[in-house]
Amino acid sequence: MELFQLVTAKTIPDAVKAQAQSATAQNGADVRFIAGGTNLVDYMKLNVERPRQLVDINGLPLDKIERTSEGGLKIGALARNADVAQDATVKEQYAVLSQALLAGASPQLRNMATTAGNLLQKTRCVYYRDTASACNKRQPGSGCSAIGGYNRMLAILGTSEHCIATNPSDQNVALMALEAVVHIEGKNGQRAVPVSEFYLLPGSTPERETVLQPGDLITHITLSKPVVGAKSGYLKLRDRASYEFALASAAIVMKKDGDRITYVRVAMGGVGTRPWRALEAEKVLMGKAATEANFRAAAEAALHGARPQSQNGFKVELAKRCLVHTMGQVSQIA
Amino acid sequence: MDQISESKIIGVATRRVDGPLKVSGAAMYASDHHFPGLLYAWPVCATIAKGSIANLDSAQAEKMTGVVAVYHRANIGKLYRVPPAAGMSLILDEKRPPFEDDEIRYYGQYVAVVVANTVEQARAAAESVKVTYNRDKPDANSKLLGSPLTTDKPEEKSKRGDTATALKSAKVKVDEVYTTPVETHNPIELHASVAVYDGQKFTLYETSQAVVNHRDVLAQMLGVPPEQVQVITRFLGSGFGGKLWPWPQSALAAACARNLNRPVKLVVSRQMMFQNVGHRPAIEQRIQLAAEPDGKLTAVQQDYVNHTSMLDDYDEGCGEITPFIYSTQNLLVTGGLARRNVGNPTAMRGPGAVPGLFALESAMDELAVSLKMDPVQFRLKNEPEMDESLNIPFSSRHMKECLTVGAEKFGWSNRTPQIGSMKKDGVTLGWGVAACSWLAARSETQASVELRQDGSARVACGTQDIGGGTYTVLAQIVSHETGIPVSKIDVVLGDSALPSGPISGGSWVTASVTPAVLEAAQKASQALLLVAVKSDGSSFKGKKPEDLELADGMVRQKGQAQGAVPMAEVLQIAKVNSVSGQGKSEGTLEDSKPKYSFHSYGAQFVEIGWQPEIARLRINRVVTVIDAGRIMNPRPARNQIEGAVVMGIGMALFEETMYDSRSGAPINNNLADYVMAVNADTPQIEVTFLDYPDYNLNALGVRGVGEIGLAGVAAAITSAVYHATGIRVRDLPVRIEDLLPMPKVNIA
Repeated sequence: MELFQLVTAKTIPDAVKAQAQSATAQNGADVRFIAGGTNLVDYMKLNVERPRQLVDINGLPLDKIERTSEGGLKIGALARNADVAQDATVKEQYAVLSQALLAGASPQLRNMATTAGNLLQKTRCVYYRDTASACNKRQPGSGCSAIGGYNRMLAILGTSEHCIATNPSDQNVALMALEAVVHIEGKNGQRAVPVSEFYLLPGSTPERETVLQPGDLITHITLSKPVVGAKSGYLKLRDRASYEFALASAAIVMKKDGDRITYVRVAMGGVGTRPWRALEAEKVLMGKAATEANFRAAAEAALHGARPQSQNGFKVELAKRCLVHTMGQVSQIA
Repeated sequence: MDQISESKIIGVATRRVDGPLKVSGAAMYASDHHFPGLLYAWPVCATIAKGSIANLDSAQAEKMTGVVAVYHRANIGKLYRVPPAAGMSLILDEKRPPFEDDEIRYYGQYVAVVVANTVEQARAAAESVKVTYNRDKPDANSKLLGSPLTTDKPEEKSKRGDTATALKSAKVKVDEVYTTPVETHNPIELHASVAVYDGQKFTLYETSQAVVNHRDVLAQMLGVPPEQVQVITRFLGSGFGGKLWPWPQSALAAACARNLNRPVKLVVSRQMMFQNVGHRPAIEQRIQLAAEPDGKLTAVQQDYVNHTSMLDDYDEGCGEITPFIYSTQNLLVTGGLARRNVGNPTAMRGPGAVPGLFALESAMDELAVSLKMDPVQFRLKNEPEMDESLNIPFSSRHMKECLTVGAEKFGWSNRTPQIGSMKKDGVTLGWGVAACSWLAARSETQASVELRQDGSARVACGTQDIGGGTYTVLAQIVSHETGIPVSKIDVVLGDSALPSGPISGGSWVTASVTPAVLEAAQKASQALLLVAVKSDGSSFKGKKPEDLELADGMVRQKGQAQGAVPMAEVLQIAKVNSVSGQGKSEGTLEDSKPKYSFHSYGAQFVEIGWQPEIARLRINRVVTVIDAGRIMNPRPARNQIEGAVVMGIGMALFEETMYDSRSGAPINNNLADYVMAVNADTPQIEVTFLDYPDYNLNALGVRGVGEIGLAGVAAAITSAVYHATGIRVRDLPVRIEDLLPMPKVNIA
């Protein structure tokens, strides 16, 4: 860990101004917001993150969970994962989000981790963590140690020859299926970015993970009014029963008219370089009967573009089974 | 040997005497020790696994705030090598003193150490030491059988009959290779050394499972007489074998303290735990079994190779149990070591037996399948009458009862052998069984017991409590002999200045301390009786000591409750503060012609649940039956077995240290990426102790339970997985990908 300065932001413009001093809001930023600290502090200890300044935003009024005038939900950037997971509205109307949050980390971590912090959760790629290894995400141009290395946990979708790191979040998979919108306040005012456009593919610039620019502060996310009659669910598959990142996970929102699927959103975790929305799977399912055969066809479509590495070929089949099973579970209550 | 069958305290479930200290945070672990002027040391670790140091530049680090010194080969001062081990003394796994030369032989090897005023300053400066290397390609390859060995050919470990011929002519045979990966101990308490030097004497607060050996080793390394080194480990946050022998951080902390004349604390980081303080080695084992169609074993052959480091020879001893566990006329066990660029392996809970039994018991299950025999019946059929490897009787063996009692408790008779034939609530069940064994032994031990005027007693022994309940065991033995309640007995352990006690290894502490502590307590009692008959004012004055006894904490005429005088009163009347006695017992380990084969036995029954639709494998329940002599204290004993079973689940399903093939780095070097069983993975565990005293080992008939609970678990699990899925996993851990009908390697 290197010496850093800790400042407290009293207002949102304070925070924006402080971070705007940084050359980037991406990997290598020399000014970082700190909220729960469950991810950032770990990486600072490992010298993966070396900010010269931390801007403590915990005092900002961004921790509310409240109804929007349109009947949706507004979740503050500082709302703790534990609080969101246990929120009555979230549990009832956005069950997939509550389930995803509870599948992540441990109770202690969820008590600290925040909604926006989770949005920006770093990959768990072992080479990203190890400053003695080459990693294009941590040190652009140094190479990717994971390709040809220990890559069992890593991505099969959205990879490039420069990076195969998985986005490890559970929350963000649910947010993909719920088509959440990320609200940002920056140097040039406020803007709203659909979560599907928030994350970047690694391509040749894996150090850039999101659309955030210097000074950008995530203030909240919004979820639109729940689709009447739609149900949702999240399933996470991993080696041990708790406290481990996903090998594959699925977030499904589905509505049926009789046996016919009239609304469906499909997202996957543990397999993509970003939280993965499977539009192809949705296309297969829309208007079709909720049958195992159709679920399987949708899962095939979702994994059509998968490019496995030396150790993670099994994820293709695992992700398919995860999707089929979750679709089946949600379809039974939808 | 004496037999003590009746006792008010031996075998009685007794709360840990050190429990309150632990739950209140008052128990002092090594790194809790703090002293005025204490400095912090942080090692610099090599970032290559093979090569040499080209240049080490500490100029920048030395200028950093709070930095007191940076030590490396040129300025650490003299650290000597240790002469070869003799018995239970002078044992260490990594024999090269730190910084001895500039060659790098494993990833993370210490190349320098920074000492600073705070741990943060030391760490930051350590990260600023610039080291450049001449880099060679490391070899961390886990393919072992067929590799060049440290010896011309594999060493013959046990042999009888003509195995080759028997295998050739066998009617039914199994011939398979089983592999177990590197496992890292990962006790929650990190290895730590706090070294205090007063210009002459070193006082070392260590995370040690063997303080006496640690003292002897460090005295040699530092070049001082043993009486100038004292090693203290009052409490240990467990060790699992990883803290048996000194590791380089201990010598580094002591050398820094010597150089600076100030106390120095060095706590190993979690990453270093994967590099610098040992691991269970990668092992490959070929098992060949042959049987008659009726299930009688005719031949057993086990050939194992484990990896070791470039400089030291660590032999896992996988064939330890094989020669005596089953009856067979023909048997051959061979072992070999293959050098790799890894830190030195070391003992991990149940060394040898645990990986060895994974292989042997898996093969036994495979042979049972080939024979179309029930695996419990198959084992019962091959029960030996005696230890066929040594031609001596078993001291106390109830393997058959472990199997039959376990089968009964588990409901084994309801098992249908067809693959995938058992279901419950839509989940496919798999039932598996394995037998297990672990040595029983005594190690040479000395102890002292003091009886005091305030009515309390003190028992001291230079052994350690690594979490298994040794403090309580010693109190129980003294309480048994004197009648003084456990709550009034101070137990003093974990200090090399105390009478020399056993290492906390081999599950032999309880068996070892029993005779020595009994003798010490008896001698202290005799001393007390002498006081009673010699003191003015004593109601026993002039009586013969042999007509008196100490019972229930009172001195009395033998067998007469009337006229009994409390121990405290006897001493008060005599104006004597305390009486003491010393006890000493021989070990069985050095016995070259043992009369008995001493071992513990057990049977593991496992039910797994398998959901192919989501490729989910979970352990539902485990029934464990253990024959480990008389159980001294059932509470911590059960705790040991349950913990071991959970560790076995981790071994079977999760644990594997991954070495990057290019850098040689153990790359999943943290508690998130190195997956161990967590609470949510812990199934219902039913532990039964058969509780047959083994009076040939000691008067109380106690053996030990630290390790046996882990043996056999992995084989029972993989056999259950086979029963559920039809897939036989011979390479641990069992991964989801092993159970999916997908090619394991599918390169983009």
